[in-house]
Amino acid sequence: MSKTIMTADDSSSIRQMVSFTLKQAGYSVVEAIDGSDALNKLKTNAVHMLISDLNMPKIDGIELIKQVRAMPQYKFIPIIMLTTESQADMKQKGKAAGATGWIVKPFQPEQLLSVIKKVLR
Amino acid sequence: MVEPNRFIEGFRQEAQELLVEIEAAVLDIEENPEEHEAVNRLFRAMHTIKGSGAMFGFDDIAKFAHHVETALDKVRGGLVPITRELIDLTLSSRDQIKIMLEASATGEAFDQEKNIEIINALKIIMGEGTELSSDDKSSHKQKKNLSFPEPEIDQQIPMTYRIRLKPSADIFKSGMDPALLIEDLKALGECKVIAQTELIPDLALYNPELCYLFWDITLTTAKDVNAIKDVFIFVEDDCDISIEIIEKHDLVESLTPLPRLGEILIERGDTTKEIVDKTLAKQKRIGEILIENGAVSPEKVKSALSEQEVLGKHKPSVLVSSVRVPSDRLDKLINLVGELVITQARLSQVSAKVNNIELSEPVEEVERLTGELRDNVLNIRMMPIGTTFSKFRRLVRDLSGELGKKIDLVTYGAETEMDKTVLERLDDPLVHLIRNCIDHGIQSPEERKRVGKSERGTITLSAHHRGTNVVIKISDDGSGLKSEVIRKKAEEKGLITSDQELSRKEMFALIFAPGFSTAESITNVSGRGVGMDVVKKTIESLRGSIEIDSITDQGTTITLILPLTLAIIHGLLVTIGNDFFVLPLMTVEECVEMKKSNSEKNRGRNILNVRGEIVPYIRLRDNFKINCNQRDLEHVVIADVNGRRIGFVVDNVIGGHQTVIKSLGPIFANVRDISGATILGDGTVALILDTNVLLEKAMERLP
Repeated sequence: MSKTIMTADDSSSIRQMVSFTLKQAGYSVVEAIDGSDALNKLKTNAVHMLISDLNMPKIDGIELIKQVRAMPQYKFIPIIMLTTESQADMKQKGKAAGATGWIVKPFQPEQLLSVIKKVLR
Repeated sequence: MVEPNRFIEGFRQEAQELLVEIEAAVLDIEENPEEHEAVNRLFRAMHTIKGSGAMFGFDDIAKFAHHVETALDKVRGGLVPITRELIDLTLSSRDQIKIMLEASATGEAFDQEKNIEIINALKIIMGEGTELSSDDKSSHKQKKNLSFPEPEIDQQIPMTYRIRLKPSADIFKSGMDPALLIEDLKALGECKVIAQTELIPDLALYNPELCYLFWDITLTTAKDVNAIKDVFIFVEDDCDISIEIIEKHDLVESLTPLPRLGEILIERGDTTKEIVDKTLAKQKRIGEILIENGAVSPEKVKSALSEQEVLGKHKPSVLVSSVRVPSDRLDKLINLVGELVITQARLSQVSAKVNNIELSEPVEEVERLTGELRDNVLNIRMMPIGTTFSKFRRLVRDLSGELGKKIDLVTYGAETEMDKTVLERLDDPLVHLIRNCIDHGIQSPEERKRVGKSERGTITLSAHHRGTNVVIKISDDGSGLKSEVIRKKAEEKGLITSDQELSRKEMFALIFAPGFSTAESITNVSGRGVGMDVVKKTIESLRGSIEIDSITDQGTTITLILPLTLAIIHGLLVTIGNDFFVLPLMTVEECVEMKKSNSEKNRGRNILNVRGEIVPYIRLRDNFKINCNQRDLEHVVIADVNGRRIGFVVDNVIGGHQTVIKSLGPIFANVRDISGATILGDGTVALILDTNVLLEKAMERLP
């Protein structure tokens, strides 16, 4: 069974690119347009991994990660944050909220896949 | 990037929508400066343009948007008041992004000055002129900060690293599995992982969601240390990670002695030098212990030590004596050498035609070298048969015990070498033959006593080279085959008629018939009559032959004759019409001529008189339906097939040929009488004949 990955991003072009890359690599993808959409879809879909943007309307990435970690079934899943902020404090905040790792935009599809390979097997 | 155009188009569309959003948000803010959500919307839209722009190669837009975003972040944080000027600037930067976006679509140039103008104006409002330039640097740094540095050129010299990975107890809560980290390390090179369990608490205190283990890893890799650090990039902050170089593998590797256990422990910080030294002081040398026990005198120890010293000085450096190579690589090599042999044969032929001294000399040299190369390469695959022999020791022991017999296994020629592929396929037939010896051959101790033999029976397994063949003999000193019993059984089975006369050899050959068993009762060792025919088929498929000889009450000897290798055989090249065929030279006994008148004299009975002996023959011309004029003088190749002399009638015998066997491929799986093909020097294909099948088919055609 292929693993399911959720991409939460308010930018449709990023979502499209992430989703296309993941599907090419054989993963199933659930797209979410913001934090609250992500939380709703996480309740109805069994997701193995979350790739989340940090800046999103309604519920932002940090808050999303916190809430996802609080859900018992997602306590241990890998969560990767997509961020343009390379500053340490953003990474720190994300890590503190429970993120597994990060990818700094801009990134190439191959980079995305190798980060996923690092944390999801 | 995969389908870049599609994504770029997607981004253009999205950016247009975002620009509309920005405009709306700015206008909202102008109307109601207190509306915080509008500022957020504005910021996010600009942020997305920046982030996505960089993703899809719109670097200039991303850079410009970055400056605007920085300014807006301050606004969002309440550090900068919303003024009319700021709103104008935001709107004009939005327009500028639109222009840049359109310019990138058409490829037209846009007003770069305007960019700088807007950025500078924003700088003034923010009141922090220097910050933007430092931001520039940080945005540059962020590229380096990526989790994927440019792939480094691998170092040539492998290094051994000592890595200690001690994850924080709640590492699982960050979604990271330390096992994945270790797997990644393993992918880098040779890796020894030792899990340290000392931190695991009692079961009562054990929390299954925490990680109590830590790992000591010894990794030998040619990769850069950054490659190792990369593995830990996400967990640097959560884990105690130490990476140290402990050894550099270079040419003088063997000269540096291995570090001692105590030294390693000190280096790792697990103990101190003082403790190790103290402990070492307690440890006594072997000499001292021996002297104390009174086993050896102190002088003797001293002399032995001095000898050790001398030996140490003269000890030659250890050379690598063997290399492990996957067998498929060898197969490939042998295939290539086969091709080379064929090409060389062709070259020699061409050279002979050209008849040029200058050419023929190097061609002869090539011929010699190719021959040497072929022999050497074939040698690589050779394995001593002893490894197979030693397996049977256990078989004999177990089976004889089971049957209450006393049997010794004696082996000779265990060092005889043969092709590994032949050897591997020889296992089953040999097991079967040895089982037969144990079950049928050797009698029970009581019976042996009665006929005046020693209680213990002996099975002798021997191997030796004979030309390009290996001869393997399995003999026992048991009861031998009883020809009357075989005859009776064969008549029952309808294999022979009661008035048929058989030579001893032919009689024994009957036991290779399918379903033939003379054992009165079926034991779980043998007697079901499946086997000897399978043994024979296997040996024949290896292009070998099997012979059986037996003397009643003295024992049976089974002789297997196998080619050294399956890749190249010695063949006899013959022609029929314009076609070339190869007969395995191993079976060929002699070649005689036959006049046309002779065959006419026999009126269709295919029988030839060779020095007073009657030899039946098969006309390959008829067999393969080759239509061309029959010659007045034909050649008959007389071969030994299953103990019978059979002639194969051909047009011409050309001579011996080093035959590189090429299999025919799956399409010709049904062609039984041709076992393969080879390519001659001039490129002609010659088919290799299977004499056994040819005889079988000829027998089938008999009425």
